[in-house]
Amino acid sequence: MLGTLVFVVAYFAIPMESQVFLPGIGKANLSNVVLGVSLGLGLLGIGVGAVHWAKTLMPDAEVVEERHPLRSADESRRGFVKTMMTGGTEAQLDRRPLIKYSLGGALGLFALPMVLQVAGSLGPLPKDELSKTMWKKGDRLVRDPEHTAIKASDVTIGSVFHVLPESIKESHHVLEDKAKAAVLLMRLEPDDIKVAKARDWGYEGIVAYSKICTHVGCPVGLYEQQTHHLLCPCHQSTFDVTQDCKVIFGPAKRPLPQLKITVDAEGYLVADAPFREAVGPSFWERG
Amino acid sequence: MSTTGHTTTGADRLRANDPEPQAPVGGGMKKVGGVAGWVDDRTGAAKGVGYLMKKVFPDHWSFMLGEVAMYSMIICLLTGAFLTFWFVPSAGQVEYDGSYIPLRGVMMSEAYASTLDISFDIRGGLIIRQIHHWAALLFIVAINVHMMRVFFTGAFRKPRELNWLIGAQLSMLALVEGFAGYSLPDDLLSGTGLRAAEGFMRSVPVLGSYLSYFVFGGPFPGEAIIPRLYSVHVLLLPAILVGLFTVHIVLVALQKHTQFPGPGRTNENVVGYPVMPVYAAKAGGFFFIVFGVVALMSALVTINPIWAYGPYDPSPVTAGSQPDWYMGFADGALRLLPGFLEFEAFGFTFSFNVMIGAILLIPVMYGLISLYPFLEEWVTGDKREHHLLDRPRNNPTRTGIGMAGIAAYAVLMFGAGNDLMAIKLGLSINDITRTLQLLFFVAPPVTFWVTKRICLSLQRRDRDLVLHGRETGRIIRTAEGRFFEKHEPVDAYTRWNLVQHEQHQPLQLEAGVDENGVASPTARKDRLRAKVSHFYFKDRVEPVTPAELEAAHHDGHHAEAIEHQPHGGATLVEVGSGENPDSEDGQRR
Repeated sequence: MLGTLVFVVAYFAIPMESQVFLPGIGKANLSNVVLGVSLGLGLLGIGVGAVHWAKTLMPDAEVVEERHPLRSADESRRGFVKTMMTGGTEAQLDRRPLIKYSLGGALGLFALPMVLQVAGSLGPLPKDELSKTMWKKGDRLVRDPEHTAIKASDVTIGSVFHVLPESIKESHHVLEDKAKAAVLLMRLEPDDIKVAKARDWGYEGIVAYSKICTHVGCPVGLYEQQTHHLLCPCHQSTFDVTQDCKVIFGPAKRPLPQLKITVDAEGYLVADAPFREAVGPSFWERG
Repeated sequence: MSTTGHTTTGADRLRANDPEPQAPVGGGMKKVGGVAGWVDDRTGAAKGVGYLMKKVFPDHWSFMLGEVAMYSMIICLLTGAFLTFWFVPSAGQVEYDGSYIPLRGVMMSEAYASTLDISFDIRGGLIIRQIHHWAALLFIVAINVHMMRVFFTGAFRKPRELNWLIGAQLSMLALVEGFAGYSLPDDLLSGTGLRAAEGFMRSVPVLGSYLSYFVFGGPFPGEAIIPRLYSVHVLLLPAILVGLFTVHIVLVALQKHTQFPGPGRTNENVVGYPVMPVYAAKAGGFFFIVFGVVALMSALVTINPIWAYGPYDPSPVTAGSQPDWYMGFADGALRLLPGFLEFEAFGFTFSFNVMIGAILLIPVMYGLISLYPFLEEWVTGDKREHHLLDRPRNNPTRTGIGMAGIAAYAVLMFGAGNDLMAIKLGLSINDITRTLQLLFFVAPPVTFWVTKRICLSLQRRDRDLVLHGRETGRIIRTAEGRFFEKHEPVDAYTRWNLVQHEQHQPLQLEAGVDENGVASPTARKDRLRAKVSHFYFKDRVEPVTPAELEAAHHDGHHAEAIEHQPHGGATLVEVGSGENPDSEDGQRR
């Protein structure tokens, strides 16, 4: 019995010591392990000690406590109703409908300014911003993140480039614009592209598609070079580049929008037109 | 007197033989009395606190699950408060110059930079961060398992429906709180999660794009979301969680804890250990055990190494993007929902492929969970208070429904891992996804049916055990040369556990028309109710009645006859006739 008590006391003593030597440990990782292990052992000591104490030393006779119905006595229930009713009558609630309705109405309306303030000021209206990106005619395609322009001759067959518009440099909202304008550039054998429009919008088999998944907006980052499939790592929607990025598997519905490209006088790839449709996830009024 | 497992006699009677407690004279006692007296003079709290300290809690391992949830919540509150001292909830861009070399000079948000600082430059910061994250995961695990315990044992029945509703709300809010929390560091993974969340909001009909612009304060990602999530995560939701939790626990104290049936444990009492000293020491100690285990995990297992992901940028992404585990089922639902659920009509886009999984799933799931107690009450027509827990097998339909729900949840959970399964197992992701889509519809009914059958056969086994006793494996040859296996009857305490429950009968449909041929206004509703009731209770195994038991002992089973001769079968029948061995409480049946 005394042994158990000493055992418990010893356990209680451990965390104090461990707290003392904790500070002043060098590297973060090592410190994490030492701090955590000593903290953990200290706490476990207390815990195991207390439980062991309870199990061995404390009375283990179970006790019976009677339950009583939760329901109040009928008398108290009637009393409550009566109090409320008398209160109402004394306040003349039933005799003065004007007070009742005007107060009720005012209380109800009081919520309105509060809700309006929060809901109204949270953010601007989207207008048509969701349907537009930075891309405009003549904007050069630049590498992400290096921001260097891409010559058509740089894009070899089978290669894939992560692309942004050159104008992103002047953007005041880089992340916001990037979130819509990110594009993937790939080069296929022109004959592999089965859709005429896709071939026309590209340049000698170089095609550019929005990188923002039409499901919920993750970047479609995985390109399968052999099959020309694009896979979204979030929910596994699979798009077939040879079929104008049609969804061939997964939860997305719409194909990735294509960016019409061409080359400028110096041989650099440029956008030939803005995106025709909204990029990214669907929304109600995208039409 | 050994009390492991059973109380052999009412504890009041037990206490009658105890010596009167000695009047406190020790110095320690005096001190306690002095302080308590000072407080009591000013608050009059002695009566209430004294009552609380004497409260009785029944003992069962499964009652610890809720405790684990409570403790991990406390750990989260504690470590979370620490983290706020260093975390900067701002999306403002800064150049990192901390001690993590690979990211030096990289532009990142202050939120991400300060999380890196917590991880690398603030002594002991990483351990606090990891404890916070591990405890959060444990919190939600514990809530869910606790919820299953309450469901399968029928602890949600009257008078505890209210607490079930509060618990369901707590569980749902914990998910939101968790999501808000892991989105705060603004690393690449959590940013991708937020991006997906933005996509979810857009899928809401009519209001989608407005919702997204209001929540993010403009176009995604914006600079508003981090501070907003922060105030939601550290102020709004914790306040609601703690408030609801307080009501939850006060109701537990008020209604007293449920207990498993057993000899001496009736619907009108609670048998267990008093708070002071046993329960206080056990529960208090258990807090430190939970905290200790979380601390050890945090010391030895890295969680959410945000430094490896890099700061958020909308363009890159990591393969195998996964949310924290508790969002897995919703993520899985998104992966399994087919794309054809999105369509355009009247010039508008209906994006049900996203909305069902991302917006509707969680409220609908918790809605169904919340409604269940009322459904069961309606089906059974049982308006009594229930303080004795059901053994899951004794309510096969409820257990089946619960298991079917778990099966559906599990399928969605596996859905969230379809990419990882494809890689690790070398399978086609398309096949896995299609199989899971099919399983979502097949697995729940199959699980329901299998579970119900298992429950029923377990009940039959119980019946068999009570009626014929345990097979001992000893073969006895009688003088006439007959062989039989010796069966040993179960003792009265075990038997009570096997026969104490009651089985509901399917509700009988009353005539839809009265004697004058006037249709009852509620006939349609009654028919439905009778149908559901039939579904619930058509298959049932009645518990052994005293009469059956007696018959079993006299129907020519030589084994029992021979065996009981030495010590008079009469007493056995008397005790074992289905009566509660603790005879004072026997009148319940």
